[in-house]
Amino acid sequence: MNAAASTPAIELAGLRKSFGPMEIIRGVDLVVREGERHAVIGPNGAGKSTLFHLISGHYLPSAGAIRLRGESIAGLPPQLINRRGLSRSFQVTNIFPRLSVWENVRCATLWALGHRYSFWRDVDRLDDVNRRTEEILSEIDLIDRWRTPAGVLTYGEQRALEIGLTIAGNADVLLLDEPTAGMSHAETERVVSLIRKVSEKRTLLMIEHDMRVVFDLADRISVLVYGEVIASDTPERIKANAAVQQAYLGTEAA
Amino acid sequence: MNHARTIPHPAATAASRAGALARYAIWIALAATLLLLPYVFSSRLALSTMSLMGTMIIFALSYNMLLGQTGLLSFGHAVFFGLGGFFTVHMLNMAGAGGWPVPLPLFPVVGALGGLFFGVLFGAVATKRAGTAFAMITLGIGELVVSSALILRRFFGGEEGITTDRTEVLQLFGYSFGPQLQVYYLIAAWCLVSIAAMYAITRTPFGRICNAVRDNPQRTAFIGYDTGTVRFIAFSLSGLFAGIAGGLSAINFEIINAAQMGAVESGAVILMTYIGGVGNFAGPIIGAILVTWLQLMLSDTTKVWPLYVGLLFIGMVMFAPGGIAGLVAMQAPLLAARRLHRVLPFYLLALVPGVVAVVGLSVLIETSHQFSIRAAYGPQLTLYSIPFDVTSPLPWLAGLVLAAAGTWLFLRAARLARNAYDEAVAEGRDR
Repeated sequence: MNAAASTPAIELAGLRKSFGPMEIIRGVDLVVREGERHAVIGPNGAGKSTLFHLISGHYLPSAGAIRLRGESIAGLPPQLINRRGLSRSFQVTNIFPRLSVWENVRCATLWALGHRYSFWRDVDRLDDVNRRTEEILSEIDLIDRWRTPAGVLTYGEQRALEIGLTIAGNADVLLLDEPTAGMSHAETERVVSLIRKVSEKRTLLMIEHDMRVVFDLADRISVLVYGEVIASDTPERIKANAAVQQAYLGTEAA
Repeated sequence: MNHARTIPHPAATAASRAGALARYAIWIALAATLLLLPYVFSSRLALSTMSLMGTMIIFALSYNMLLGQTGLLSFGHAVFFGLGGFFTVHMLNMAGAGGWPVPLPLFPVVGALGGLFFGVLFGAVATKRAGTAFAMITLGIGELVVSSALILRRFFGGEEGITTDRTEVLQLFGYSFGPQLQVYYLIAAWCLVSIAAMYAITRTPFGRICNAVRDNPQRTAFIGYDTGTVRFIAFSLSGLFAGIAGGLSAINFEIINAAQMGAVESGAVILMTYIGGVGNFAGPIIGAILVTWLQLMLSDTTKVWPLYVGLLFIGMVMFAPGGIAGLVAMQAPLLAARRLHRVLPFYLLALVPGVVAVVGLSVLIETSHQFSIRAAYGPQLTLYSIPFDVTSPLPWLAGLVLAAAGTWLFLRAARLARNAYDEAVAEGRDR
């Protein structure tokens, strides 16, 4: 649509990851366009979470390239990738259990607002931080629970906080790893509308098992099977793709 | 109450006038307490005890910057206490000999800089790792420093250590700092400043990120922070405050030796911090006061006092992992709901057999100590003003019965107290 669209938000080329003799990611090529909602689907064990761990810097790639807006981020530690504007959530809830909901979100805003390792300023008096924290809490609908230690929130609330931590730092590329896993129907609806809202001005790459959510949200879908992307296209064409039906949809949608 | 909706903004509440006043009130009360304590406890023994406690409060709080705030278990924290002390002593001696225009109250700064320097140096190595590897590295650093101290005799003074005379430096307004009372006030002032500074650090962006690293280091990296850097800064700053404590100790005792950097001292600060409570800022203060007092009191009455402190530590780890501050904090919801009076009788009910069990245990410990290790001193022992013969079966039997019955009743009463507590908390919540 515009000139920036020519540089993809995320580009993977020939990406490989082995654990000993096991090759989990076997030459992945993937393009996530600026501003799109892109879903990665695939059967269990296909390597979806491993792919996220590689992009976000949790694992080191064995070979291949990872580019964020054209710049290589392969091999960088998580914090440096995060500072370049890529933020992720986790499949298994990964929050700060003993800190309050407020402190959880506030910690996630600090770096992006430039406060870094400051040990001389009163955090309660940082207006930008507190305003941003409040915004995020209203966005994820946890403002009434601000004092509660995150560890005692309900599962659904913890998943919402997980997304809150991911968006608090103002990253514009989001990786969400199964944001609706284990949720009831009502909770899923809420999270889907939350994801729709927070991804409006951002690029979204998400792993999701719930096909309704995938076809509801995604602009494009990539199918990962045994460490390889077998198709990457619009939802309609993915539905119609014979290889995808055989490898994945055919077995699970039955 | 016509507000449409109160915005739950902690910053707004904290900055509100009442909140600010309450916050300062604590510090004013603390300052007043430190100021007035010598009028209540004025004996020389009390003054030197309180001076020691003030030093240990700073030391324990500095340790909790690592353990409680950042989740780092260090086995070598006394290194920074000791090195701060050595630098202070050498600087005092040089200042005294050279007639430098520096008054005594400024010398803990030397300890702080020494602690910070070595915190940075050793921290650069140790904080590359977290968890068990970090703990092992700090253990190694402790051993390394103590063994090099015995080689570098000129600086560390070998087994005897290095002595100094605090009255030989520049005197201001006629204060010689010879009398213990003046030293007490010097330590109290530094203690107040250090407590306030360490508390302030917990309320900064860095302080909160330390908590995040303690809770979940992996996630902290994914919100943009280098966990190694967080650990490094925490380690360096905690070295700084440990150095202040060491400097004050050197001024207080006018001597420092290599043993004060060793594993025993590093262990003692773990005991203090843990017994007081790592989860609460005030915990290490309580622990430092209590353990210092126990050490002084027990070492006067029994040779095997470390055993009692160790048993207390084991008891706390097993039954009250939040420490004393954690136990106190548990009562806050009851106090708020005006339900504390419901549970107090149960606490007293548990306390009585608890004391009986401790008495029984101490009879067994002291009797077997006299019977075995102190056998050369004869079989006569006096405990709780009762003289007896340790070779007769009676004291053994009495100790065993008291300890066993006391423990059994204590455990039962503790269960009752626990139930009463849960019930009162639930009632308070439903109200």
